[in-house]
Amino acid sequence: MAVSTLAPPSASVTAHASRHSTFVRITHWITALCFLALLITGVEILLSHPRFYWGESGNVLDAPLFKLPLPASRASVPTGYRYVLADQNGWSRSLHFEAAWASVFTGLLYVAYGLLTGHFRRNLLPSRDEVFLPDLRSVTVRLPSYNLLQRLTYLSVIFLLFPAVIWTGLAMSPAIASASPSLVTVLGGQQSARTLHFFVSVLLVLFVIVHIAMVTRAGFQNRMREMITGAPATGKDQA
Amino acid sequence: MSKLSRRQLVRTAVKTAIATAAGASALAVAASLAERYGLIPPDSGGVYGPGETLTYATQRLLTSHALAREFSPHQISKSPFANGVGPLGDAFHRSQQAGFSDWQLTVDGLVTRPGSFSLAEIRSLPASTQITHLACEEGWSYIAQWTGTPLFHLLRHVGTLPQARYIVYRSIQPRWWESIDMADALHPQTLLTYNMNAGDLPVKFGGPLRMRVPRQLAYKSLKYITRLTVTDNLKSFGKGLGSSEPESGYSWYAGI
Repeated sequence: MAVSTLAPPSASVTAHASRHSTFVRITHWITALCFLALLITGVEILLSHPRFYWGESGNVLDAPLFKLPLPASRASVPTGYRYVLADQNGWSRSLHFEAAWASVFTGLLYVAYGLLTGHFRRNLLPSRDEVFLPDLRSVTVRLPSYNLLQRLTYLSVIFLLFPAVIWTGLAMSPAIASASPSLVTVLGGQQSARTLHFFVSVLLVLFVIVHIAMVTRAGFQNRMREMITGAPATGKDQA
Repeated sequence: MSKLSRRQLVRTAVKTAIATAAGASALAVAASLAERYGLIPPDSGGVYGPGETLTYATQRLLTSHALAREFSPHQISKSPFANGVGPLGDAFHRSQQAGFSDWQLTVDGLVTRPGSFSLAEIRSLPASTQITHLACEEGWSYIAQWTGTPLFHLLRHVGTLPQARYIVYRSIQPRWWESIDMADALHPQTLLTYNMNAGDLPVKFGGPLRMRVPRQLAYKSLKYITRLTVTDNLKSFGKGLGSSEPESGYSWYAGI
């Protein structure tokens, strides 16, 4: 397969260069771990009330915007299932917030690093040619660069989805809502914030699924080695 | 892997040691400052302690004086949900039969004038009405109008001592007890609530007397309160985690 002519590998890449810097590798895996914790605990929290509303308030006596076909961990929720799951909400909430703090700190460090070292400019910002003459067929751009779709996806996850999931999460907090009411009203209310938090999380999960699928297609072992040790691909299983 | 020379290894080790020492001292200074300014929650131990502490400290620094959002009358929920409560016990039912005329709120601890107050005495203190959001940790919520005595009026009436740091409050159901710090205790929207939506507070919503702490999740808004204790330390209450919630895995601070 041809290397795209639109995004040639930079001259500095040598046979021994790491694909990902140590900093990117460490923040990548901390974020991955946090994401897993946030996802599992998020599902657990959701199971105590798998119904969604729009506006400021909503409860089992109100008509939901929609409900998920899941059993609940509370007997007060009419799910249609004849059993109630165990309550896992306590530790789930604590771990959800601890992982959120860890990923926010990691994310801030990563963004500072990306801006200061030119990581965003070099590896994620599309070049002018790519934007004005997009060649969407060139999906096989090799090291150290990403193609246009990959660049736009990573940028959207870092600068749109992550801020959105933090914002909608904060907007559910009664204390934060007291200090910054507009954070909530702009979203349409606290229940709207909860519903939006769910949808942004779904988008993040979709991103992770596609991300893992692409890593697998491109050669799982090599890509994992690159992200764990920084060692360059051996060329054995390039897809 | 590239070969690291011995000198590089030593250099890396020294750098790591210096960074670790600097980090540890910074953390120790931060912890002692946080303790001094009341930014450490009572459930700060354990695996989730760092997260609990960060949330509590950040929100105390940023939101201490913020007022909970108030809504207009048309936003009051048509169908508020009361959630279930366990058995209320004989003492409650006897008082209910007497129209709660014998309901007493006992105030003790670090106060100059401890005592017991009937509902009539509480109602004779200045009242305040608010239309606020009540959000359960499960994810559901409703908006209602609440009327009651701001807790700070009662605290002023009994004269809290300067070393007071927390108010512990208990339900008539022995299982449930809670506490809040002075920032919430003196907050103008923290109410000893006896009315809801312009009528007596219904029993299933916590009547005759419910604590309303609108800047935190609903489990801090304890139903059926009978006793307030002013204290400078939560260690001697229950397992020392601040309330009954952390004993079953929930956070003491629920501003989330």
